Parts: sequence; structure tokens; C-alpha cells
Amino acid sequence: MRILFKTNYKQDLNLAKHSGHRFWYGLLILVLLAAPLILDGYYIGEATRVLIFAMAGLGLMVVTGFTGQVSLGHAAFLLIGAYTNAWFLAQGFSSFIALPMAALLSMIGGLLVAIPAARMSGIYLAIATLVFAIIVEDVAGHLSSITGGNRGMMVDVPMLFGYQIWQSWELYLFVLIILVAATLIVLNILRSPLGRAMIAVRDSEVSSQALGVNPMKIKVFAFTVSAAITGLAGAFLAHYMLFLTPQIFGILLSIQLLLMIVLGGLGTVHGVFFGAVLIGVLETGISIAKDALPSSIGGLPGIEPLVFGVILVSVIAFEPTGIYSRWVKIRSYMEFFPIYRRKSFKRQRVYLKTERLK
Amino acid sequence: MNEFLQLLIVGISQGCIYGLMALGFVMIYKATEMVNFAQGDMMMLGSFVAWTLIMDLGMPFWLGVPATLIVMALFGALVDILIVRRVIGQPQFAVIILTLGLGIIFRAAAGMIWGHVPLTIDSPISGFSSFYGIVIGNERLVIIAVTALLITILWTYFRYSKWGVAMKATSQNQLAAYYSGIPVRVIISAVWAVAAAISALAGILLAPITLIEPMNGLLGIKAFAAAVIGGFGSMPGAILGGLIVGIIEPFAAAYIPAVKGSMVYIVMLIVLALRPQGLFAQIHKKKL
Amino acid sequence: MSFLEIKNLSISFGGVKAVDDVSFSIEEGSVYAIIGPNGAGKSTIFNLLSRFYEPLSGQLNFSGNELLELGAKDIARLGIARTFQNLELFEHASVLQNLLVGRHVHNNQSWWRQMLFTRSVVEAELEHRRKVEEVIDFLELAHYRNQMISGLPYGVRKKIELARALCIEPKLLLLDEPSSGLNPEETEEMGFWIEDIRRDLNITVVLIEHDMSLVAEVSDRVLAIVNGRVATEGSHAFVQSHPDVVSAYLGDVK
Repeated sequence: MRILFKTNYKQDLNLAKHSGHRFWYGLLILVLLAAPLILDGYYIGEATRVLIFAMAGLGLMVVTGFTGQVSLGHAAFLLIGAYTNAWFLAQGFSSFIALPMAALLSMIGGLLVAIPAARMSGIYLAIATLVFAIIVEDVAGHLSSITGGNRGMMVDVPMLFGYQIWQSWELYLFVLIILVAATLIVLNILRSPLGRAMIAVRDSEVSSQALGVNPMKIKVFAFTVSAAITGLAGAFLAHYMLFLTPQIFGILLSIQLLLMIVLGGLGTVHGVFFGAVLIGVLETGISIAKDALPSSIGGLPGIEPLVFGVILVSVIAFEPTGIYSRWVKIRSYMEFFPIYRRKSFKRQRVYLKTERLK
Repeated sequence: MNEFLQLLIVGISQGCIYGLMALGFVMIYKATEMVNFAQGDMMMLGSFVAWTLIMDLGMPFWLGVPATLIVMALFGALVDILIVRRVIGQPQFAVIILTLGLGIIFRAAAGMIWGHVPLTIDSPISGFSSFYGIVIGNERLVIIAVTALLITILWTYFRYSKWGVAMKATSQNQLAAYYSGIPVRVIISAVWAVAAAISALAGILLAPITLIEPMNGLLGIKAFAAAVIGGFGSMPGAILGGLIVGIIEPFAAAYIPAVKGSMVYIVMLIVLALRPQGLFAQIHKKKL
Repeated sequence: MSFLEIKNLSISFGGVKAVDDVSFSIEEGSVYAIIGPNGAGKSTIFNLLSRFYEPLSGQLNFSGNELLELGAKDIARLGIARTFQNLELFEHASVLQNLLVGRHVHNNQSWWRQMLFTRSVVEAELEHRRKVEEVIDFLELAHYRNQMISGLPYGVRKKIELARALCIEPKLLLLDEPSSGLNPEETEEMGFWIEDIRRDLNITVVLIEHDMSLVAEVSDRVLAIVNGRVATEGSHAFVQSHPDVVSAYLGDVK
């Protein structure tokens, strides 16, 4: 157990709170940067997918985890980002144009949702975002002159300074750098007044108003930032997929994103990464397990969604605060080893809190 | 004019199905404030159970239907007792994700048990009726009649029966209902049972029109739009919303085919943008 | 013109007049208590002042500003802070974060500066932290600084909500039943703090309160509300012996 001796308020503002943090996060970044030297192409591809999903999850976390606005439509922002990026590359622009445009268009999409959505709450918002995603998918299917419609669209490789990124490790590093930058921006928001206002809106909208926070503005801000980050993730997803059809970005993808951040732990940045790694490992694990099982079980269509569904339901029913909080429990068990009390994290008995009264 | 009438009746019958499903949502929402995203999948399961009982086990149709309703009612209660009850008091999104997960499981399980090849039930109702120069499948008329009957029964039930009143009380204030000696847990399970049975009925009614397959579960989203248009807490609103959604569909397909897939959702978004709480709002100011 | 002036304020919920033609005014630097039976419309007056409800008619004037021209989010900026009857804290945040949200009105950093966490944001944050620490010292909350709200006992939460309101550096503080749910020692403590807030911080206080000993101890003037109407107004002793107030609490004695 580490006891921090604080001598300056500035210490609370630092991202790394003590030398242990600096060491471990530094090591993590080094390992991630060195990964292409160790892993072969297939695993680098898998790792790239995990990073892309982490980026999308980071976007969703901003709006759902920190601002408390459940979005069931984030696949729409992935779609907008992916197609925008692919279209601009196809017109011969470099990634320096295509990526910001992907983020920008996605942001505009986010703004379009956010302005009406900021007035809604809870379930209405969830449905409105779900429906938004369905409409966007439908529109992408109909705009065949731009998106290739349901026949699909090829994606060119990223281009920087006239150099084309063909290698899988190059794409991996590109994604990693953008992801680290995006994470830093989110962390900065969280430690500044905007982030606190987001949490205030999430936990009690009335009292946030009484303290001078404008919940509409905060929600619109959260949606816009969220859409921009998710749009960027979509742009990279396009490079990972190489071929886009609107069906990729269906409801299931939105649910998968939500599942990811819930599994990881809502309301924490750690949760995003825990969730992304977990989903990545799970997908690889299921496909390995499928081969290992007798084909009468493993070969059944629909085994993957079944496993996903079961995990989703059990996490919500048994550990609704996600894997990150399980990790916190294990960590404090070890820190306090002989004197850990089982009761410290006991779930309190809860009654139905009505949300009908807003 | 004939085409208009024809589309209208097709729309109304389709709308009755959505309305029934939406009724299931709204009942559960009113009683527990949970939104059951798996409602469409319960309808889908209902039609599969009916198929097994009638086509596979050879039950007579008129016996198979009530048997299906009972099986699905038990199933609904079990879902509540085993799983959903655990998340009472958790935030709304936990419930949303939980029921979305249940929906995924139901769909995947249905695909494994019954396969993905569409099935049909031999229905004793067939043929067409024609009047005022339009021709309408009898099964569609049956849908409308059964829905009207069911609504009347439910309305009487909630108005006059002891259990119905207890359900209404529970939906108003759980704690107060509990203090008044209403067995809140039993009531909630009963609501889930009734909602599942209503959805199963919708599934059976729908079976002669569309084939039975796991993806039918996704029709729930349209029923969802119906419930939202009607204002989530209102049972007449749910039926009305269902009818609106049902009527929009064939007309959009006939006159503006480009948006036939999303017209319903566009209308829903417009309703939400104008009235963020739906047409029959149930949300009141929170007491501070 | 008084510091806070309320004129002919009325609101009704579903046909019931919750507040009916209420007028009163409050002098700067005073402690003003509003008493009355449950459901008399006391909290509704606060919620009208916070602009959560739209009144049917009336005027709300706070040191020259018409409150009815503003929205709920603008009230804090004028220097009006409040607490809630049923605690509205940010449950899943630390005490420190809760108090720092109270500094929101004093934030003038642009959103992109906050995203990059530039030097000016750091400076501003340190300044906010110093102000918050002053409040923490004042209310003796140092022990709880880094704890999550969801794990704290009721009495402490009550204090934190008061502290959060003070972080606004308000001119007017609205306290909705500050002593409800507190034990006698905590209530007495609350009384001392209200006195300190008025004397040391120069804040005008309006409180809704049921505990008559606390009202007697701290308030300069008392307003009695019965069934949404003003029953009487005056010194504590005068109001408490007023026949309308007595009958509202005890029923008709005769």
C-alpha cells in the first residue's frame, strides 16, 4: 500500500499521480511501440483492431460513461468516418485531409443528433440514437454514387507525404499514435471544468443547473467530441476492413461498442481499454474454441452472438460496474491483504429510482 | 380510392401487431420502468413455440394457441425471476444493455434450435374477403378483430380486477404498493408473463403473413418506435403508435419507395424533436 | 429596492395553487427563515427562485436583476446558491470534484484550452482549488476530501452540499431544510455555521426550516406560509404566537 504525501495542489492535477504511474504507463507505451518487432503480421492486425475499437469506445465513453447519455447509435459515426475517409482518399487527397474530414463530418453528424437529443433523456435518447443509426445506414445504402451502395466500396491505403502505408505494422503505429493523442485529450477534458460539468450533468442535472452549468451545452459538447473521436476510429476501421458495406455498421456494432465499455467499466478511461482488450481476446478466443470443439457444437451458426449475449447478460446481472471495478477489488484485496473486509464493496440494497420524474 | 383503402387496411392490421408488441413494452415499462429491448424476440420465440406445438407435435391449432400463450407467459415470468430482477434500481442503461443482450441470446438460440430456414404454420384461417371493391386476406381481418378484443379485455382487467388495480398501483409507486401489502415481486413477474403472452399472440397472428424466422425479432425495433410515438407510459398511446407506424409503412412503400425503410423512424424522430416525451407524455417534473 | 424582492408570486400544479400571491422582501445581510407545514409551498418558492418552475404570475427581483428573464442555468452566475431538500450531490464523484463543480461559474477558460490543458488552465485550476480549500477549512471537511460521495453518511453529505453552494461565492444562499435528518448535535453545528456564513462571509441566507429552535437561534425575520399563502411575517416570537400559524400546526385550539 502506497501512502501519498502531497505537498502541492498541482500534484492532483498531474495525469501520473506518482512515480509508479509514470513507470508503468511509460513501460506500457514502450511495449506497445515495440510490439511490431515481436509479433508477426496476423497478431499485429488483431492488435490494430483492438486499438481501433478502443478509439471508438473512447468516443462512446465520453458521451455515455462521463455524460450519462446512452447512445445506441455510435456505429453511425463509425460509418460516417469510414466512408468520408475512403471517399477523400479515392479522390486522391492525402490522409492529412481525409482523416480530419472524417472527424469533421462525423462531428457534424454528432451535432445533428445532439441538438434534439440534448432535450431528451434516458430511454428516449437511446431510441433516438438507435433510430439515427438505422437511418444513416439506410442513407449510405441509397447514396450509391458516393458509397457504392450495397455493392460496397474499396478503401485505398492511408497516404502521408506521398508515402503509402502498406505494411500492417505501419498502420498499427499510425493508429497507436492517434489513439494516444485522443486519450490525452479526453484525460485533459476530464481534469478541467468541462469534464467535471459532464459528470455533474450525468449525476444530477438539476443541481448542475443550480451551479450554473448549462446541461444542453455540455451534452452537445460531449456528443460532438464523442462523434469526432468515433469518426476517426471509423476512418481507421475502413483501412482495417479494406472494403466497406453499410451492413457492417448495423445495430450489432453499436451494441458491441456499448458492451465493450460496460464490460470494461463505465465512467473510467481504463474501462475503455480493458473492454477493448477483453472483446479482442474474446473474439479470438471464440474462434479458437470453435475449432477445438466438435463440429456439432462449434460449427453451429450463431454460437458467437450467443456467447456474446451470455457474457453481456451475466456482467450486467452480476458485476454491473464492469471489469475495472473487479480489478479495483482485487487490487485493494492485495494491498490490504490480511485485513481486507469483504463488506467494503458490498452492493447496497437498492429500490427502484424513478426516472419518470425528471 | 380503392388502393388507398386497401393500403389502409393492410397498414392497420400490420399496425395492430406493432401495437400489441408496443403494449408489451409499455406494460413492463409502467410496472418496472424497465425497457425490454427483447420484446420483439419474445414475439419471435412465441411464433416458434407455436410452430413446435402445432406443426411438430401435432397439436390442434385451437389448442396450440393457448398452450403457446401459457408456455410464453411462464417463460416471461422466468426471465424476470432469474435475470431481470437482479438489475432493479440499477441505472437505465444497465437495463437497456441487459435486455439487448437477452435479445441477442434469444435470436441466437432460436437460430440454433429451429434453424434459419423460414417456417410456416398451417392456419385454419385462409382465403380472402372482398368488400367495397377491395380484396383483403382474412388473416389480416382476424388480426384486427383479435387485437380489438384483447384491448377490451385488458382494459376491463386493469379497470376492475383486483390484480389489475394492484398492477396499476405498483406502476405508480413501488414502495407505497409494497407497504399497502401488494406482493410487488409477484406482480412484476406477472406483468412480464402477460407482456410475453401478448407478444406471443402477436407472433402467432403475424405467422400467416410473414414466415417465421429468428430475424423477426428485429421487428421489435419498429414496435419500439410505435411505443415512443405513443409516449412510452401510455397503453392507448402504444396501440395508437402501433397503428401510426403500421399505416406509414405500406404508404411509404407505395408512394415514396426511396425512404420506405426509414420513413417510420424519420416520423419517430420528428415526433421526438417536437415533443421529447412522445405524444402522450408520462414524465412529470421531479420533486426537489 | 430590496436585496431580494418577491411580488405576487403564484404557481399552480394541476389546478392546485401551490403558491398563491406570495410577496416578501429580504434585506441584504440578514438571515430569513420560511416556515410552514409540509406541502405549504415553501420548497416551491425556492424552485421558482431557481427557475426550475415557470410561475403563473409575479415578479422576482434580485439586486436589480429580473430573474424571470433568465434561465435556471443563469441563476448561479448572479450569486444565488442553494441546497436541496433531498440532496442532489454528484454521487459518483469525489468530494473535491463536487466542490470544484461549484466553481463552474468562475471558469473562463475556452473549451480548446481545456482540451489541451494549457498553462492558463493549470493556473485557473490551482486558483479554484485554493478557493475550494478555503471552504473545506471553513466547514472542516478536510478528512473527506478525496472520498466518493456514494460512501458517505447523510450528515456529511448535507455539509458537502452546503460547501458546494459556498464554492460559488454567492451573495444569497438558499438552504432547503438544512437540519432535516441531522441529529441534535449536528443541528446545533449547522446553526453555528449559518451564523458564521452570515457574519464572516457576508452572505444573505434564506432557509426553509422545521426545527423551531434553529429558526429562533439564527433568523432575523420569519415568514410563515400556510396552504401557499403568506400567513404572517415578522420576528420569530411574533410569528410563532400568531393565531393562524398556531392553528396551521396544531389545529384550531378552541
